[in-house]
Amino acid sequence: MRYNERELLSLARQPAEKAAEIRMSVPKKGNVLKKRLVKLVVNFLFYFRTDEAEPIGALLLEHCKITKEEENVFSISFIEEPERKYCFECATEEQCQEWVEALKRASYEFLRRSLIFYRNEIQKMTGKDPLEQYGISEEARFQLGAHRE
Amino acid sequence: MKLNERSVAHYATCDSPADHTGFLRKRVERHHHHGTSYQRRWFVLKGNLLFYFEERESREPMGLVVLEGCTVELCEAAEEFAFAIRFDDAGARAYVLVADGQAAMEAWVKALSRASFDYMRLVVRELEKQLEEACKSLAACRKSPRRSSSSGRKRHLSNPALQPLQEKPTTLENGYSTWSSGGCVTGGATSPDHDGGQTKPPPLPPRRRSAASSATGSPSPGLSPAMLESPVPPETICFSKLHNWYGQEIAVLRREWQERQKRGHP
Repeated sequence: MRYNERELLSLARQPAEKAAEIRMSVPKKGNVLKKRLVKLVVNFLFYFRTDEAEPIGALLLEHCKITKEEENVFSISFIEEPERKYCFECATEEQCQEWVEALKRASYEFLRRSLIFYRNEIQKMTGKDPLEQYGISEEARFQLGAHRE
Repeated sequence: MKLNERSVAHYATCDSPADHTGFLRKRVERHHHHGTSYQRRWFVLKGNLLFYFEERESREPMGLVVLEGCTVELCEAAEEFAFAIRFDDAGARAYVLVADGQAAMEAWVKALSRASFDYMRLVVRELEKQLEEACKSLAACRKSPRRSSSSGRKRHLSNPALQPLQEKPTTLENGYSTWSSGGCVTGGATSPDHDGGQTKPPPLPPRRRSAASSATGSPSPGLSPAMLESPVPPETICFSKLHNWYGQEIAVLRREWQERQKRGHP
């Protein structure tokens, strides 16, 4: 599958929602934890070797499951392959919890659900659709309807 | 750079609804500029990702365009109904796409220009603020006593769907003004289990439903009603709201215990 890698690399250079040095393993033989710079930008998690400017990899955070594992550890796996886990060992339990919370909220789909939720709440409270003033009430992406889960 | 391509492809092809789909002709970038040619592809927009497939029935996407940091503009190509996705990055190539007609072109340009995560985040933040303001003004209105109920504070936090039989179900307006007195998030009144509440165990509180699934954006159709009661807005702005939201469950339980006690001691 082709993708615009150049733009993705550019995205990796943007200010991050969250970034830290975390020991990480990718799902393959050995599952060896290696120290990486992990950076959350929009719905992508980039990971770098700590001394390099370009990421070695990126994870699109849609349809993924963030699991708190043992102490200081959390994992990311994807719906269609739940056994393949990317593991992250944080420095502290607190850091681990922060990342779990941040990653659970990092997907575009989560953002969409929040938006629809707020829109609905505001409409119920005020009787007005808050998106009307922006002229975007009819946009498919903002609909709470049969065509959207 | 590696990308979790298998998962990305799965996201593209799974049955979670797309924001926009359709055929577009995509300009083929050739090294030697032997004229321009276009190839018809099936495009699927999901969130901030634009996928294209060789054919509509293809099982895997051919390519992906990540739509962050880009602008979408009509372009002066030789083709009618052409538009381009351009990136801020100066040297980056543009994606030139051609729609079937004026309406299709306009629809695509609109859909694509609002596709970025950043844009979505902006709108969410704006709505968060609006909701907070709506809560505040509603709470201010409620200072003047409007309801005749004497059950006091506890009633404010009970989930209307769990009202015991002897009380009339609260009106939608009432239900929402009670929500807003402390926290203003939840959708209890839309719960499908609003049947008086005595015949079956109370529904799991919304946050447990979503915590149990704990998958971001998992597309199970049964999640639809739960969405309205969806997790408390993530970056919950103030602790008091979060506190009240969690406190609802306690208040409901406390109320049930008290009801049970009253009935248990004739």
